[in-house]
Amino acid sequence: MKLTGAEIFIECLKREGVKTIFALPGGVVLKIFDMLHQQKDIEVVLTRHEQGAGHMAEGYAKATGKAGVCLVTSGPGMTNVITALADAYMDSVPLVCFSGQVPTSLIGNDAFQEADNIGLSRPCTKYNFLVKDVNELASTIKEAFYIATTGRPGPVLVDIPKDVSMEKAEFNYPNSVSIRGYNPTYDGNKWQIKQAAEAIMKAKKPILYVGGGVIFSGASQELIELAELTQIPVDMTLMGLGAFPGEHPLSMGMLGMHGTYQANMAMHYSDLVIAIGARFDDRVTGKVAEFCPHAKIIHVDIDPTSIRKNIHVDIPIVGDCKAVLRELNQILKATVNGEQKELRKAWWDQIREWERAHPLSYQQETDGPIKPQYVIKRLYELTKDRDPIVSTDVGQHQMWAAQYFKLAKPNRWLTSGGLGTMGFGFPAAMGAQAAFRNRLVLCIAGDGSIQMNMQEMATAVVSKLPVKIIVLNNRFHGMVRQWQDLFYEGRYASSYLDTTPDFVKLAEAYGAVGLRAGKVGDLDGVLKEAIAIEKPVIVDVPTYPYENVYPMIPAGGCNHQMILEDPPELKNKQAGVGQASPKDSDTILTA
Amino acid sequence: MEHIISVTVENKFGVLSRIAGLFSGRGFNIESLSVAPTLDPSMSQMTIVTSGDERIVEQIVKQLNKLIDVIKVVDLNESDFVSRETALIKVHTRQEDRAEALRIADIFRANVIDSTPATYTIEVTGDPKKIEAIINLLQPLGIKELTRTGRVAVAREPLRFSAAQPKKVARE
Ligand SMILES: Cc1cc2nc3c(=O)[nH]c(=O)nc-3n(C[C@H](O)[C@H](O)[C@H](O)COP(=O)(O)OP(=O)(O)OC[C@H]3O[C@@H](n4cnc5c(N)ncnc54)[C@H](O)[C@@H]3O)c2cc1C
Ligand SMILES: Cc1ncc(C[n+]2csc(CCOP(=O)(O)OP(=O)(O)O)c2C)c(N)n1
Ligand SMILES: [Mg+2]
Repeated sequence: MKLTGAEIFIECLKREGVKTIFALPGGVVLKIFDMLHQQKDIEVVLTRHEQGAGHMAEGYAKATGKAGVCLVTSGPGMTNVITALADAYMDSVPLVCFSGQVPTSLIGNDAFQEADNIGLSRPCTKYNFLVKDVNELASTIKEAFYIATTGRPGPVLVDIPKDVSMEKAEFNYPNSVSIRGYNPTYDGNKWQIKQAAEAIMKAKKPILYVGGGVIFSGASQELIELAELTQIPVDMTLMGLGAFPGEHPLSMGMLGMHGTYQANMAMHYSDLVIAIGARFDDRVTGKVAEFCPHAKIIHVDIDPTSIRKNIHVDIPIVGDCKAVLRELNQILKATVNGEQKELRKAWWDQIREWERAHPLSYQQETDGPIKPQYVIKRLYELTKDRDPIVSTDVGQHQMWAAQYFKLAKPNRWLTSGGLGTMGFGFPAAMGAQAAFRNRLVLCIAGDGSIQMNMQEMATAVVSKLPVKIIVLNNRFHGMVRQWQDLFYEGRYASSYLDTTPDFVKLAEAYGAVGLRAGKVGDLDGVLKEAIAIEKPVIVDVPTYPYENVYPMIPAGGCNHQMILEDPPELKNKQAGVGQASPKDSDTILTA
Repeated sequence: MEHIISVTVENKFGVLSRIAGLFSGRGFNIESLSVAPTLDPSMSQMTIVTSGDERIVEQIVKQLNKLIDVIKVVDLNESDFVSRETALIKVHTRQEDRAEALRIADIFRANVIDSTPATYTIEVTGDPKKIEAIINLLQPLGIKELTRTGRVAVAREPLRFSAAQPKKVARE
């Protein structure tokens, strides 16, 4: 039987097991929406902005491990979703984005709402397709899902001209895909894995440096086995959080620019760095020339371009984390004995000393302003039994969430690392909530970031996605303010946001619930209340505006040279101003 | 250092822009690029002349391999290869220079493929040095137009997929 392009689209999605898509209509995709409207298998979440649709699909993908799907119209629909595609590309999120295109006969004519979708998305997708013939639609969609979810995952765009969605073709969904130029390597080279095992056996000061690849690969169990078997400490990247249990005695927490003291010191002084599914980002390496000066480096990554891109690697292993770790564990199980413990005793003594010397710290006075770290800590403690999914926006609050919210399992952490997209957190949380209607989904947001996709509150209310947003409201682009205080002599150029909007009223305007925790004593009660509500909630928490994120490795600095607290001149300045909301540095200095 | 990279790609709409985009987006040098279909019409053969230190060239090869439309990448500098380039040179010739132009063409085994009362168009093929040399000699006569193909190259013997260089030859 012949089906229209729009019907073929739906049949393909069903066969890919897609249950939910995030979408916003427009002229050239009306046929597809019309068909979606007449079926029940796929839920359509109507977003209020295409960027929201893209981030929701990302949140869905990160929480489920499956491809997220969004659908946008031509022209402005496409340009609006670009930020989300770029975000997914940087963070390797499997996404299939469908865009509408003007009819094939008009392509290139500057037709109404025409944009060169292929050209626009080329640098921020893993691959993209323009479907020019309805007979190729089904096989193209199959290939799109295959490319998005295999190898190093990433976003794929399928551009569908209006006429292709209306024309008919015989529907045949291929069972398999074969692309001669695309064959990701999953099994690591056995000889190299053996070399790695030998290096691990010999190392006196080994460290595991694990990233997002472990999560994509579903290799947490294998990682835990490796770490426990060899008693090697585990550093996680921002994207790797949850790959290894945060409360595990072998966990050092996050490494990098705002990583823990022990995580960064252990990297710097290590003699063997075992990098697994991590890409040596500059937030982690700091000054490349002085990165891990004493260490041999093993690097396991499915993408050969990640290896030796920034850092020289001694034992490269191209492959999937899970497959490689299985093989490695097998070799190690047969060889590990009591000797390693003896060999590494001094290393562990040193690490525990680092931990004791400079643990993460902040001071919360019971009658003083609320400290942001305290909010995260309480949120963590009040919710950890419910195994929540946690998203963040971008800024200081993101770093505190990474430091204080100790994730026990993978696929619970939704954050924008590579692109650092403010406005990511709320829609991403909604995407995860759409996948898991009954789970607790928290969004830790900044007062700046949340305003970048606030319109999606309408989606949350209408589509019943009861995400709990906790706004750490410091009245600042706090991360920017921190850099200005540390490196720009406290000139607050365009970082002060003032106290508008009233987030409680804003929530209410959308038909959601708004709560505020103004005092330390109120916090627990308000958080508990929020968690119990079955609607979307914004909890506005006014926090101390001048708190800074530490440790901090200044950009281009060296990993063992961390700033651990406010420099004295900053402390003095802040002592005078309390919770005032200065318009610029003059106010703060004279206050 | 200069590297000549031979790239076999899908003969599809948009592939050239993916390759060009890769080079410009990542700041890799591209000195010349030539492309034409192969015996199998579903594939095209590109010869890319680029330069960079070892680490950069390794990244270029890997990044090319990563492109889904790229079927095979060979860094020809890893082995022996021959390369050629063709130039078409339109020389302005006054009456008294015409013999000289022909003489120069002859020395370089170049052909005159078109002539008008005031010009010769000379076709010359060779390595870049030879082409530079003939250009230098013709310049005093007055070169009106010059187009060069960019280099094409081929390995001198069938490449063996030897254990020493699997990364460069096969897709990873
Ligand atoms: C304000 C801000 C501050 C930041 N501060 C820090 C910080 O202090 N510390 C920090 O770590 N980051 C920080 N980041 C994030 C940082 O920019 C990078 O996004 C992050 O370090 C990259 O994490 P990753 O190395 O795990 O790589 P990812 O981006 O998660 O990449 C995953 C890697 O694994 C590979 N891979 C994918 N699938 C597989 C598989 N199946 N098998 C094997 N390999 C696979 C991929 O090829 C890739 O190389 C910050 C970001 C922001 C916005
Ligand atoms: C879309 C976008 N624009 C600008 C930036 C630069 N930037 C990084 S953090 C930040 C401030 C974030 O403020 P807020 O959300 O209030 O978080 P805070 O740092 O105060 O916790 C800015 C402007 C960005 N990351 N993303
Ligand atoms: Mg803020």
